[in-house]
Amino acid sequence: MKLIPNRSLQNHPFAGWTMAGPAIFLITLFLIVPFILAFTFSFTNQRLISPNPTEFVGMRNFEQLLGVGTLVLQPEVDAAGAVVRGADGSANYPRVREFTRNNADYPQLDGKREWLSWDWGDSKVYVLASDVVFMKALTNTVLFVLFVAPIQAGLALFLAVLINQKLKGINFFRAIYFMPVVVSIVVVSLLWRFIYSGQSGLLNNILGFVSFGAFKPVDWLGNPATALWSILAMSVWQGVGFHMVIWLSGLQTIPATLYEAADIEGATSWQKFRYVTWPGLRNTAVLILIVITMQAFSLFAQIDVMTGGGPVDSTQTMVFQAVERGYAQQNIAGGSAISVILFVLVLVISLTQRYLTRERKR
Amino acid sequence: MSAVVSPKNGFKTALRYLLLVVVAVIFIFPIVFMVMSSFKPAQQLLRDTASIAAFLPVGDLSLDNYFAAFQRAPVALFIFNSVFVTLVTVIGSLFLCSMAAFSFAFLEFKGKEVVLSILIATLIVPFETIAVPMLMLVNNLPWISGSGITFGWLNSYHVQIVPFLADALTIFLFVQYFRDLPRELIEAARLDGANWFQVYSRVIVPISGPVFATAAILKFLAMYNQYLWPLLVTQSEQYRPVMVGLQYFFQLNIAWGEVMAYLSIITLPVLIFYLFLQRAFISSIASTGIKG
Repeated sequence: MKLIPNRSLQNHPFAGWTMAGPAIFLITLFLIVPFILAFTFSFTNQRLISPNPTEFVGMRNFEQLLGVGTLVLQPEVDAAGAVVRGADGSANYPRVREFTRNNADYPQLDGKREWLSWDWGDSKVYVLASDVVFMKALTNTVLFVLFVAPIQAGLALFLAVLINQKLKGINFFRAIYFMPVVVSIVVVSLLWRFIYSGQSGLLNNILGFVSFGAFKPVDWLGNPATALWSILAMSVWQGVGFHMVIWLSGLQTIPATLYEAADIEGATSWQKFRYVTWPGLRNTAVLILIVITMQAFSLFAQIDVMTGGGPVDSTQTMVFQAVERGYAQQNIAGGSAISVILFVLVLVISLTQRYLTRERKR
Repeated sequence: MSAVVSPKNGFKTALRYLLLVVVAVIFIFPIVFMVMSSFKPAQQLLRDTASIAAFLPVGDLSLDNYFAAFQRAPVALFIFNSVFVTLVTVIGSLFLCSMAAFSFAFLEFKGKEVVLSILIATLIVPFETIAVPMLMLVNNLPWISGSGITFGWLNSYHVQIVPFLADALTIFLFVQYFRDLPRELIEAARLDGANWFQVYSRVIVPISGPVFATAAILKFLAMYNQYLWPLLVTQSEQYRPVMVGLQYFFQLNIAWGEVMAYLSIITLPVLIFYLFLQRAFISSIASTGIKG
């Protein structure tokens, strides 16, 4: 990234620092300092207001958030070693509680609760976590990012190609596709809460209409299986116009002569897209993926307005939990630790995307 | 290209328009529904969702929902707060960021490269990751007012304004524009004896209208639509902006008519503004992506 041309005027330290100073000061105070504070607080027991002095607690906040363990339970057997089965053929298992509460043989599981479980042959496998709600928030957030990034970027590219045609009135359509971007996500969320509603929700009625009544109404936000995906679809609806415009400006930097040359060679539309359009969009692709990833990791307003994290924690997200703890419970240290984990994730995923979409030398 | 449209091409064009229209309907139906519903009594609103009437101005239309919304919450106050905070932030950030960008684009000084690389790094820090420690920070910052020095910025206008007066994205927008300007203009002004601030304010600012418009639109959208930060720092009603004011409307039994009226009140001005200036809005967004 080269922002400043090399041919400089003279050296002007006083004017330079005076004119840039106010902005540098504000960015330092309100971005860099809070960023450093996030790391600092995450190793303490800082609270917003507390009578006791703040103490350094080392990694305790992170252990509390990220601690996981596994437990494999064998079914109860009789003296001969055969599995004891109930009337319906199901085996009996010892209770998880016996291992996680004051069990001297399993100190690493102390205080943990069930997060996931499944059957493995006759035994039962449990994944236990110190903070089950946070683990759900973490997996929901990562799932959301992994799905929303390709879906939103792909749809935005599709719309950009659609809108890049030379047709009469195309600007009118472009203006409409972009419209949700200028509407606040808070407004959009409340509006869609009504659209998604189980009774007299617009979406159910529309789906019922186009399927001639075959579609059974769904309570989109009230069902743990559909809630997160409904929020994802709405977020794409709201944000896709933004990325369409960025793709579009990338498309328009590709010289028309390349397409003319491809026409002379007799290339099909798909070949033109694959060998002319796509290579010309590589830098745009990196930018778009990083921007969508950052926005997706920040998922908060939709959750706060639409579900409050429910039903049964199926829409918990990291920012929602950070705010829940840092603000509602005034536990600044806990909220900061979540923020730090969030930032590390954003950084890792951004760097990975940059690496995967790098220009390969042939 | 050719003036003659063959039947096959005409069919293809019709298909393209059909696709464009279907996609347009997907993007516009919730907004049409919002505006139409805001004029309908609650029972009719719910009944209409079963048919196409949901998107049409039919039945018993009135402004009752709007009056009820103003009754339920201090809507005028929320609008004033939002407009005030947004305007002050936009104007302040245009000034501070363009001046900083002027310095980065035209002046050479020690430490500039380091500052610039730190600024680039700040672009990948989402605000949400620093919101919680920032809450702690502003809770302890001093502020000078008529009654002397006070500590704690919560519940005020400045807590919503000052943290957003400078940001790296706005600075880079200006830097990109400035570095393409002809340097002869600056050298000429310097020879005439102008100091650097005069060069900035009398030579550069007057010829930078487009980038000021771009930056203003982006900042306006970000500020007006902000939610998380004002939610954290405005516990008292007096300083709440419109987006936080929404909370008055989503209690247990939601009065959807009033909600739609409130959503229309806070959204339509922005939408109308957008429809008039849509080219400027869209090119603003595009310019954030060109050079990265």
